[in-house]
Amino acid sequence: MLLLALPLGWFVVIYLASLVLLLITSFWSIDAFTTEIVQVWNLDNFQTILTNETYRTIIFRTVWMAARVTLIDAAIAFPFAYFMARVASRRTQTLLFAAVLLPLWASYLARLYSWILILNHSGVLNWSMQSIGLPAPNIGYSETAMLVVFCYIWLPFMIIPTYAAMERVPESLIEAAHDLGARGWRTTLDVVLPLAMPGVVAGSIFTFSLTLGDYITPILIGPGTSFIGNVVYSNIGIANNVPFAAALATVPVAIMAVYLLVARRLGAFEAL
Amino acid sequence: MEGFWTRMALRVWVVLVLLFLFIPILLIPAYALNSSKIQSWPLTSFTLGWVNLTLNDPEVVSAVGLSVRIALVTTIFALVLGSLAAFAIHRTRFFGRDAISFLLILPLALPGIITGISLRSSFTFAHVELSIWTIIIGHTTFCIVVVYNNVLARLRRTQGSLFEAAADLGASGLQTFRDITVPLISTALVAGAMLAFALSFDEVIVTTFTAGAQNTVPIWILAQIRNGQRLPEVNVVVSFVILVTIIPVVVAARLTGGSGAARVQAGR
Repeated sequence: MLLLALPLGWFVVIYLASLVLLLITSFWSIDAFTTEIVQVWNLDNFQTILTNETYRTIIFRTVWMAARVTLIDAAIAFPFAYFMARVASRRTQTLLFAAVLLPLWASYLARLYSWILILNHSGVLNWSMQSIGLPAPNIGYSETAMLVVFCYIWLPFMIIPTYAAMERVPESLIEAAHDLGARGWRTTLDVVLPLAMPGVVAGSIFTFSLTLGDYITPILIGPGTSFIGNVVYSNIGIANNVPFAAALATVPVAIMAVYLLVARRLGAFEAL
Repeated sequence: MEGFWTRMALRVWVVLVLLFLFIPILLIPAYALNSSKIQSWPLTSFTLGWVNLTLNDPEVVSAVGLSVRIALVTTIFALVLGSLAAFAIHRTRFFGRDAISFLLILPLALPGIITGISLRSSFTFAHVELSIWTIIIGHTTFCIVVVYNNVLARLRRTQGSLFEAAADLGASGLQTFRDITVPLISTALVAGAMLAFALSFDEVIVTTFTAGAQNTVPIWILAQIRNGQRLPEVNVVVSFVILVTIIPVVVAARLTGGSGAARVQAGR
């Protein structure tokens, strides 16, 4: 018990207290002239977020981005994980596993920055397309660019749990499906896919939540449109309206809470 | 079992995904050795000029120094707190144990911006001036989990009979700890430390909110990317950061048979 006192004390005093304070702050407001925080309880911040057209658009745009990233990553990850779990030899499996983990750990900023180099006007993408005779896609600093980059940085988070779930599918079930006359594709769709689904959902928790909370990608890669993350960020920095930023920051947390409840029903927690 | 063409298609897919994952990372070192000041493709000619310039840039050198100091202190804090928590959770069953283990994971599960702004507003609230120490506090909060996960996983795989045998043979609690526990968990500790160091060295979001005027390496990189004037130097620094973050992970993976690095979700 004594062992736990130190780390737990750290967590409760520093981290948990801060989270609670943030939640409390979201019910306060700031003085328009002095920008000092006024500690009077009110629901103004939440009212603004829910009723103001601008914020609804921002929330919708962010959720729509997160949903697309999640679907695309699932589509990329599924065949990859299928190969790892069901076709590759043990040795290849280990190698591929390491190959997926390495980019996950290589600096986050480095991975973002590399896409600025690739997608900019005179970058690798435009050059490669033109050299095979296609028109230059010119997607630098656009929402398409953000979509590509989000899919890239969170892809390993989708591959790993999908692979883990697929590897647990018993070989006997697949043989049974074959014995009962199911062709290759039929087995994949009716046996492997449903059993691997908790893994995909587990991965989607990461791709979805990380996209909702990110503010650096919209700033560095995007066309300057607002997403939840960078609006929270600018309310801390330039506008110095911490109560409003705190209120807006509860939006992704609330969305994730709902998402986690659904995910739990789909059995994703066993696959984490 | 899968047909020939299905296997071929899957192979092609895997190669494409691997290219997608690795080309961007390999591209930056290539740009760092490119002589052109403008960041465009194709590359022009080889030079070590930017590397030299960057190594002699006092701003970069001091940022690296600061980041290394922060990462080292963070690692020590995380090692002590993380392994204490792992011992406690492993050894005892008590009311609220699951809640505590959930609480420890929270800083990695919540978006970094939430950890960042909540810490910042409590520092402001408590009139704590932002400094290198507030950065270290922020980093320690999410690095504890990395050590905790690694040590706990190792303890769970260790047989309790080993500790009992030591006690039966008359070893005191301290002796058992020194001769049995420490050797058993030492590689898990090293792996946890490596990962904590890499995580802290590369962290940008929590740092943005907990730093005062301090320029860590990621803060410097972010500022220079937005500013756009010194991209050749950015290429060199970013290549260096890739190395610093990847090497500890490879070592940690070797020490824990791959599982250590996988278990940690480097969520931001």
